Amino acid sequence: MVLNVAYFSWVRERMGVGDETLDIPESVGDIGTLVAWLAARDERGASAFAEPHRIRAAIDGVMMGPDAPLSGAREVALFPPVTGG
Amino acid sequence: MIRVLVQPSAIDVAAEFDLHDAGGHGASASFVGRVRGDDGLTELFLEHHPAMTEAGLGDLAHAAADRWHLSALTLIHRVGAMMPGETIVLVLASSPHRAEALSACAFLIDRLKTDVMLWKRETFADGASRWVEPREGDRGRAERWD
Repeated sequence: MVLNVAYFSWVRERMGVGDETLDIPESVGDIGTLVAWLAARDERGASAFAEPHRIRAAIDGVMMGPDAPLSGAREVALFPPVTGG
Repeated sequence: MIRVLVQPSAIDVAAEFDLHDAGGHGASASFVGRVRGDDGLTELFLEHHPAMTEAGLGDLAHAAADRWHLSALTLIHRVGAMMPGETIVLVLASSPHRAEALSACAFLIDRLKTDVMLWKRETFADGASRWVEPREGDRGRAERWD
């Protein structure tokens, strides 16, 4: 499955790009497995996703938990907890 | 009138007050958040998600308007690089009654910390920079409105 993935804050810095288009294996069906797959994929992924509990996610602009399915998603955003205000 | 903006340019606080006050409200509460120059901070950078940040601020503004009787609401968040003393966020909430204006203003500044897609990075005089970590106290203050 082809998926657009966007990164923010230190996740973006560690991944070295703001967004990328990834070809995801069929076994990666939800946010949690996507994060684990990215962490295992290469060094930058290992650095960005070493602590999955620090990662938040949104699918097509809506906040989602680790169990959220990826089917039908256009863009997945991965980022640390927000710190605005 | 609800006015929500996400902008990289400086927030003109005086002009926003004038615009907000044009309605002539009974009670207006305001919050101005500014960059602090603590520990030799030279720059604060606010990263955002263009679509989600604006949508998040809009959702918060409408939640406040649903909850309290407001005659006007202004919610402006700056993004990008800014220096100590510059305004990061401006909240203006008006109502016929002071309690509703004050509550709406407090709700918005508490929820901004936890509900809107924004990330702060601090840079210091020695060149070091770090991403700000979320504070447990901020989450507690946001949750008291649940």
